[in-house]
Amino acid sequence: MAITSIKNLKEFSTNNDRFEGAHTLCPGCAHSMIVRELMNCTDDNLVISANTGCLEVSTAVYPFTSWDTSWIHIGFENAATAVTGSEVMHKVRKKKGTLKDNDAPVKFVAFGGDGSTFDIGFQWLSGAMERGHDFTYICLDNENYANTGGQRSSATPIGATTSTAQAGTHSYGKKEKKKDIVSIMAAHGSPYVAQLSPNKWKMMAKGFQKALETEGPCFINTVSPCCTEWKFDPKDTIAITDLATDSLIFPMYEIIDGHELNILYRPKNILKVEDYLGAQGRYKHLFKPEYKHIIEKIQSDIDADWARLQRREEARV
Amino acid sequence: MQDLKLKANENRGLHQLEAGFDLLGWDEVTQGSVLPSFEGDATGIAGLKAEERDYSHHNSYTATVASWRVKKPVFNIDVCIDCQNCWVWCPDSSILSRDKQMLGIDYDHCKGCEVCVEVCPTNPKSLLMFSEQEDLETALSQWPEKKKKEKK
Repeated sequence: MAITSIKNLKEFSTNNDRFEGAHTLCPGCAHSMIVRELMNCTDDNLVISANTGCLEVSTAVYPFTSWDTSWIHIGFENAATAVTGSEVMHKVRKKKGTLKDNDAPVKFVAFGGDGSTFDIGFQWLSGAMERGHDFTYICLDNENYANTGGQRSSATPIGATTSTAQAGTHSYGKKEKKKDIVSIMAAHGSPYVAQLSPNKWKMMAKGFQKALETEGPCFINTVSPCCTEWKFDPKDTIAITDLATDSLIFPMYEIIDGHELNILYRPKNILKVEDYLGAQGRYKHLFKPEYKHIIEKIQSDIDADWARLQRREEARV
Repeated sequence: MQDLKLKANENRGLHQLEAGFDLLGWDEVTQGSVLPSFEGDATGIAGLKAEERDYSHHNSYTATVASWRVKKPVFNIDVCIDCQNCWVWCPDSSILSRDKQMLGIDYDHCKGCEVCVEVCPTNPKSLLMFSEQEDLETALSQWPEKKKKEKK
């Protein structure tokens, strides 16, 4: 596989973008940063499919397409199904020798938002994982249905206000915890599962390359701050991801073969979660005195999760 | 002085997103469609730079979102250290980097999100936001001096 050099940014920047501008994602959206990074990680041909979501509606505004690779969209939930179908077809045609270039390496990638990964497309993703096709699924996790106006998804963390779980006099927003999708996918026996963040570009690129190189179904959850629904200034996208990884609300780690957990990034100064929450408008109500206990709960959850991750890293189970 | 259409394919930013074509009516559209990104063969596209590619008029490279912008980033080549932070984090593929050097900004695709200015590590910053109407020479002449470190 022709992987590109990620030794330093200068060398990485010699890659030619295969994701074009003039898509209609919001200014400062992290989706396109992640997609660009994935496509710059390799020189191989890519077959990409996307679930319905911000990425899909914004990059295929008829009559334009922003993709310089093969790209397919079918329904809301079936990016995983579409890409595994293409993968099987490619395998069969390679065997029969009916491809134009039989030796050209091809990688299969599916993109989904958190709505289509955690909720709507979950069954399809789980099925594709179980069938063991050679593809990489990348979840762009912005913690709500941003495309349709910021409804709650099962990726929305506790305490965040969304248009269907609103904070007010009687509510502090969403009351349930976020689903632990990374562990669920690792439990499928996937050879490579990771949670990555765009602010550490090298770690993310390394993770992408590892997932593309690994044979079998790989899953990567990436943090994608949504300036519209998280309510922060577009220019702060990278600063928010910095806060997210340093406050450990989004720890970066990988799980190999379902049991070998490696923590990829240990922040030197672990920040209090207030710094992360305070930077976003969707958590503004939590700073009222009556909801102080929610912040304490979020902090204790994070501490418990971090301790659990470290135990898992040591125990290798 | 920087050239605005620097390193551009001649097709760049020809169309407005909304009014690129005579669109079909809702009852004329067929189910599903195929949009070719390139004219002719697309093999080995990863090895070609944007200015060498043969974009079809369905590629959004030929469209522009310049009208979204209120403020624009201006690039000062004298301060830049070619760290490429702006290139890796630009969400709109609008930083023109060739041969490890940062050359300028693609104003047809930039939406003015200011991420590049935020991630720029130089002192003073080599990318700064100016009003869309400001011309380049005036912007460059207003560039701030190097800030001294404040003693604690």
